[in-house]
Amino acid sequence: MSATRSSGPSALRLTLNIWRQKNAKTPGGFEVYRLEGISVDMSFLEMLDELNEKLTVEGREPVAFDHDCREGICGACSLVINGQPHGPDRNTTTCQLHMRRFRDGDTITIEPFRASAFPVLKDLSIDRSAFDRIMAAGGFITARTGSPPDANAIPIPKVAADLAMDAAQCIGCGACVAACKNAAAMLFVSAKISHLGLLPQGQPERRSRALKLVTQMDAEGFGACTNERECEAACPKGISVANIARLNRDYLWASLSDPS
Amino acid sequence: MTAVTLGDSKLDSKCPSGPLAARWDKHRFELKLVNPANKRKFHVLVVGTGLAGASAASTLADLGYKVSAFCIQDSSRRAHSIAAQGGINAAKNYQNDGDSVWRLFYDTIKGGDFRARESNVYRLAQVSNDIIDQCAALGVPFAREYGGLLANRSFGGAQVSRTFYSRGQTGQQLLLGAYSALMRQVGEKRVQMYTRHEMLDLVLVEGVARGIVCRNLTSGAIESFAGDAVLLCSGGYANVFYLSTNAKNCNVTAAWRAHRRGAYFANPCYTQIHPTCIPVSGEHQAKLTLMSESLRNDGRVWVPKQQGDTRAPSAIPEGERDYYLERKYPSFGNLAPRDIASRSAKEQCDAGRGVGPGGMSVYLDFADAIQRDGLAAIRAKYGNLFEMYERITAEDPYRQPMRIYPAVHYTMGGLWVDYNLESTIPGLFVLGEANFSDHGANRLGASALMQGLADGYFVIPYTLGGHLAGRKLPKLTTDHEAFRQAEAEVRARTKNWLSIKGQRSVQSFHRELGLTMWEHCGMGRNRASLLAGLSKLAAQRSEFHANLRVMGDGEDLNQQLEHAGRVADFYELGELMIRDALHREESCGGHFREEHQTPDGEARRDDAKFCYVAAWEHAGDQDGWKLHREPLEFENVQLATRSYK
Repeated sequence: MSATRSSGPSALRLTLNIWRQKNAKTPGGFEVYRLEGISVDMSFLEMLDELNEKLTVEGREPVAFDHDCREGICGACSLVINGQPHGPDRNTTTCQLHMRRFRDGDTITIEPFRASAFPVLKDLSIDRSAFDRIMAAGGFITARTGSPPDANAIPIPKVAADLAMDAAQCIGCGACVAACKNAAAMLFVSAKISHLGLLPQGQPERRSRALKLVTQMDAEGFGACTNERECEAACPKGISVANIARLNRDYLWASLSDPS
Repeated sequence: MTAVTLGDSKLDSKCPSGPLAARWDKHRFELKLVNPANKRKFHVLVVGTGLAGASAASTLADLGYKVSAFCIQDSSRRAHSIAAQGGINAAKNYQNDGDSVWRLFYDTIKGGDFRARESNVYRLAQVSNDIIDQCAALGVPFAREYGGLLANRSFGGAQVSRTFYSRGQTGQQLLLGAYSALMRQVGEKRVQMYTRHEMLDLVLVEGVARGIVCRNLTSGAIESFAGDAVLLCSGGYANVFYLSTNAKNCNVTAAWRAHRRGAYFANPCYTQIHPTCIPVSGEHQAKLTLMSESLRNDGRVWVPKQQGDTRAPSAIPEGERDYYLERKYPSFGNLAPRDIASRSAKEQCDAGRGVGPGGMSVYLDFADAIQRDGLAAIRAKYGNLFEMYERITAEDPYRQPMRIYPAVHYTMGGLWVDYNLESTIPGLFVLGEANFSDHGANRLGASALMQGLADGYFVIPYTLGGHLAGRKLPKLTTDHEAFRQAEAEVRARTKNWLSIKGQRSVQSFHRELGLTMWEHCGMGRNRASLLAGLSKLAAQRSEFHANLRVMGDGEDLNQQLEHAGRVADFYELGELMIRDALHREESCGGHFREEHQTPDGEARRDDAKFCYVAAWEHAGDQDGWKLHREPLEFENVQLATRSYK
């Protein structure tokens, strides 16, 4: 845990540099806002709520940003804070970042996740439907409702189940893409390939899944991995780049074998 | 709106008769089937893609129906089911500790304080085992033991270990399973997915639900969709309290618009206050965070015996602590059901024994568990929850007890449905938290996920056939006059929020509404306070309609505009909740009327007068609501005083 109580005053004065953009077709730019009296106990998004309240009262249009659960699990929040996706704390989504991480007088730059596959819809809100299309291409196990065997019929070694769970924790936020200089989606795709490929239930479709997911990932305009590991550093769920090795192995194996 | 008037009950629950265990089988046999070649001719509209919606949409599409699914989020994977932490119940009896379908049924009926239908709850317990099998097949990584078999843990209100889990992220994993099944159908073009679409009205043609009107949240366009059935899987209404554990965008609008079109709203006053949440830290607070009930497996709840004791917890000796749940409920201890644990926490804080800022919290202490099992074991079980706690409070729960306080979490009330999950509007089905059906007056932990998936995977695929094969559904398109009219109304409402041009933000109104609901219709309710709440609400609502300010326009993404429509519906719902709470002159489950309690402060039910479902019909803005009663009949369990002592 890197969050510690800041030593300064319990209310902060901040300068915010925020990306404003009317819609996907209109070019955007930074605007500067000043806030005072921000409590260190606020979450980052509650600080933005305060800004929007102030803008509304002043008769200016509030800043659009995606958010929902505010518990770090839905994956909706998606800000680049001072150049880092989800801000400075490791393993932390934007909604779980708290203002005690900042100091009185700080300037904070806030931008949307940037990638050509994630067009900006408005201000800080982006379109991540490319991720859904990748999942629709093969990010599943085909199992008709009502037909499966008893859940204990296939024992799964605890180690495999735990590794699958590590990968399955991906929240699909896209921070890995935003952090990558190539805007690669390899960490996201590999997390799904690992999750399903490590389980016995996922074996029948393992090869076709790797081919389909990678093909769709390329079609969406995501870049390729050049082993910088920025994705792992930015991932709020601590998804490991070891998953990318699994993806590469499955993809190579599938490419060289009979596509059945 | 005027006072409550009593209506004649026209509610037919359509519950099958005969032995409880055979009812669902018998009913499934009697339901009409749709021939496989005909399925593709039927178009089903599914609103919401949480556990109920995603499981229903994927299963129906796999059966061959043409499905369109709608969600307000940017991806169907982000529905609020994802935030459920602790687990999902099933009667597998894998632990050999005495569980059975009957025991799960009985615990759920008793947990709900005998205010749910026997037939529905028994069916829920029956299909619970199929859910675990289905989820495992889809690749849900449930926790396992070293032998490779599934692990279980305990939850409140049960003395067996029947809860399946994936660390502290069970809802996420179950939802991603259902989402992956849904995405498969999207890829195969059997489901058309509409994200960032909000349903703003239901369209009826000749009295049957035949379509919906949505606002495309990205473009602002008003879009209509016609179909042969509408499935509402739009979740609960806890955000009427503003501060709740629900995601910020959870709302009642889809359900409320259906209510205004004729769907009865059942038991709106049954709300669940979850005992273990992180306390409010200040006025800026926009959201409350739950700490999973699973923590009560190992955490012990206590307060200092002495009032106003401000010593650090470590400085308070064992003998000066009151482990009040263990003291009051020795057989269930810290695993007392949610309503009881919450009320007990409030009781301690009201009596001046609360801890932390303002004395508005109690301790949840892991010191004994850490000493017994070791730090590593506790970290493996609850690590992510402890981290979340520290991130929010800057306190380390490995070193000092967590501070917790109850917060609004779930709503047992919802649109009335029969055994087929069909509302009082033919063709409108309601699944998951959006309906009222299975939890009575209090839901047990790990039962919400079970119900959402039961409805979607295993109930609606059968019961929908009864509607589609049993009714004449003439072909129609969105050119029909009924769509034009509904679209015009939606446009007018949306435009109205922009044209008020007052002084106050939507958020400021929502916060004020939430506080009023919490103070007047929260954990403890009484007649005088409920009446005062009604008049406060009326005043706030008039100000909202006169003094709201929404910036921007309706032509693109406008989150304040979305919020305005939702808050407007919350005002109306809030009024109905208070009226329902006023009329129910008894205490049961989460509904605690202070006038009706035993000498030791437990809820006192009145089975002679209130053993029924209260289903409210919207009778127009002038006439208020009409009450319809569906009597609850208990043939298999004995109505008893609920005791966890």
